[in-house]
Amino acid sequence: MAFDEMLTADDHPRSPYRDYHTWYAGQHPAHLIQKARDAENIFRKTGITFAVYGHADSSEKLIPFDIIPRIIAAREWRRLAQGIEQRVLALNAFLEDIYHKQEIIRAGRIPRELIEKNDAFLPEMIGFRPPGGVYTHVVGTDIVRTGEDQFYVLEDNARTPSGVSYMLENRETMMQMFPELFTLNRVRRVEDYPKQLRQSLASLAPSGCTGRPCVAVLTPGIHNSAYYEHAFLADSMGVELVEGSDLRVIDGRVKMRTTRGYEEIDVLYRRVDDEFLDPLTFRPDSALGIPGIMDVYRAGNITIANAPGTGIADDKAIYSYMPEIVEFYTGRKPMLENVPTWRCSEPSSLAYVLEHLEELVVKEVHGSGGYGMLVGPTATKKERSEFAAKLSARPANYIAQPTLSLSTVPIFVNKGIAPRHVDLRPYVLVSDTVKIIPGGLTRVALKQGSLVVNSSQGGGTKDTWVLED
Amino acid sequence: MLLGRTANGLYWMFRYIERAENIARLVDAGLRVSLTRFDSGDDDWDGVLQSAGARQAYAEVHSTATSADAVDYLLRDRHNPSSVMSCIEAGRNNARMVRTALTRETWEATNECWIDLKAHLARRPKAADLPELIDVIKHRCGLIRGAFHGSMLRNDIYNFSRIGTFIERADNTSRILDVKYYVLLPAVSQVGSSLDNMQWESILRSVSAHRSYGWVYDGEHRPANIADFLILNGRMPRSLAYSYSKITSNLHYLEREYGLRPQAIDTAETINAMLTRGSIVDIMDHGLHEFLEEFISRNNQLGREISEGYRFYQ
Repeated sequence: MAFDEMLTADDHPRSPYRDYHTWYAGQHPAHLIQKARDAENIFRKTGITFAVYGHADSSEKLIPFDIIPRIIAAREWRRLAQGIEQRVLALNAFLEDIYHKQEIIRAGRIPRELIEKNDAFLPEMIGFRPPGGVYTHVVGTDIVRTGEDQFYVLEDNARTPSGVSYMLENRETMMQMFPELFTLNRVRRVEDYPKQLRQSLASLAPSGCTGRPCVAVLTPGIHNSAYYEHAFLADSMGVELVEGSDLRVIDGRVKMRTTRGYEEIDVLYRRVDDEFLDPLTFRPDSALGIPGIMDVYRAGNITIANAPGTGIADDKAIYSYMPEIVEFYTGRKPMLENVPTWRCSEPSSLAYVLEHLEELVVKEVHGSGGYGMLVGPTATKKERSEFAAKLSARPANYIAQPTLSLSTVPIFVNKGIAPRHVDLRPYVLVSDTVKIIPGGLTRVALKQGSLVVNSSQGGGTKDTWVLED
Repeated sequence: MLLGRTANGLYWMFRYIERAENIARLVDAGLRVSLTRFDSGDDDWDGVLQSAGARQAYAEVHSTATSADAVDYLLRDRHNPSSVMSCIEAGRNNARMVRTALTRETWEATNECWIDLKAHLARRPKAADLPELIDVIKHRCGLIRGAFHGSMLRNDIYNFSRIGTFIERADNTSRILDVKYYVLLPAVSQVGSSLDNMQWESILRSVSAHRSYGWVYDGEHRPANIADFLILNGRMPRSLAYSYSKITSNLHYLEREYGLRPQAIDTAETINAMLTRGSIVDIMDHGLHEFLEEFISRNNQLGREISEGYRFYQ
């Protein structure tokens, strides 16, 4: 029986949900059904969509939004925030070390080939210190809960975590539809995120930048699955949304083509992957990037957020070493636990995983978005045996984890409420300080019993409340 | 200051929305003609297709210009890049690209227009539903315009959007006239015949000016007056003169804001001066068709100069 965050086993509301539960009991079901429809209309009208790749006639989809909030108590949040801060600091220290002295390798805490044979490791970054020494300006730490006090970090998204626009739009929608709930509950604000992101990015402008730094968001364009978010962030920060074709390196600076000439950019919040960033340095066939931007970057004339090469820190193969990494750089045990992980590259682990496929979740080391993974307990026998063949052929490509009994939060269905599994992605901004936005994106598996929360696989989202003390 | 690509996106967003609305007006006028004339046939729709710049492409897929096929081609055929649905889709795609330059109201009006028309144009419309359908198109485009005027800052974003609108409008009005120029020529028209009256009314209807014409002139449909109204009348919002007074003033705003004077400004001023000072008698003497052909090509030339002068592409 999974831990339900709203209701105890005998159907009493847990403390953070008490006021909400009372309010809910006083609502007319027909009224709530109408509200759920209104919410969908708001999203459709606003064009809050994402694209699912490889789907016919689905260039734009809505992510289903559930009207029941996920509520986190102040005490629970404090604990999470401390653990996240520790982890994010460790990630940055790890990146700094990996691209400089590599002390963690010399200390024998992680194997050298894991770093140097990894595609996410960029030799171009060796010996280079990004402005302010910050590698991961924006982090999304995926957290799951399995009990009253049991939280695990599932993934550290240190490259270009997405979804923050949903956090903001979900809150906006909830406040529009249920204003009274925000007088009943003291919910901490998330609305300042764009302002804080802009401040945080501007504060890390290259040291040569005098005056107000020019910040821009780099998008692959309107066909990218997260285009809505790129436009949303640029718009709410009040900065330009640029594509590679708008930018050019002129006189050692990155400049954008405007209606009155070329203008310099100081900080580029890029939502384009490393390998597409600079066709002169990485993939020569990339049309999304800016030829020569890496030279400008290494000369210290532009800040790129997140820094190129941060992917080495959120690689799934590295993930299993995170407890060692946190301890090595912070000198303390991690406050948030890792999910126990079998590295299939190790023969004994591979043997265990193959024998216990029906209990485990097996993931591709470099995969994301819920693609290419096997959820053992719900897979068919045929799916398992097919997966076992792939796994045996390239074991180093996979890790495996036990199937966690993720906590549930009720969603609203026509008959009332029904528990569904959730995870949580809080957003963290790193500059000279670490700011954790009180809230985040709660993803929910809408199918009964399903543990897959990814939006590309039928997941939805919820507004996430962190209560004041 | 604006990205060149954003200026380009705004310019085309508003060109496409303007075009969608104009195509709807053309279809409306075409339907009207076929209602009021018993011997109406292929010729009328052929003229409408020609005004819409779609005659050749249409002929590649249809052998005859029947009312139902022509209406379908003009309103909803995705293979026709100038069908209302194609225009709204292209306009909305441009709006998505320049999302950060638009107010939320303008974006939502554009997005809702697309959502609504997609639903309305999902199937071949029944003849009986056409008047309502055309109203929906005009209504939806009107909402975009209203949101745009009511909420956008009067800055360069606004100027590029307006320039797109009026370049497109000038193009459309001149094409409508050019397709029907012969009915306005004194030599071939028998003034006062019912055929002419209907043709003339159809021209005015295509630019939603069949009522306003009566307020400005004496109510009699005279070819020279109709041509004057659509070409030189500075108060008629779809005339060439009005379009160019707007294009010129928007370019002057940009000149002041940027401190730049690209070639496009000279070109626009020259055309504007010609429309301000010209007389309809001279134009008719010079040859209406020749005048319109030259205008269309200069209008296109201006579009190219704007895209170069403000770095739309490079």
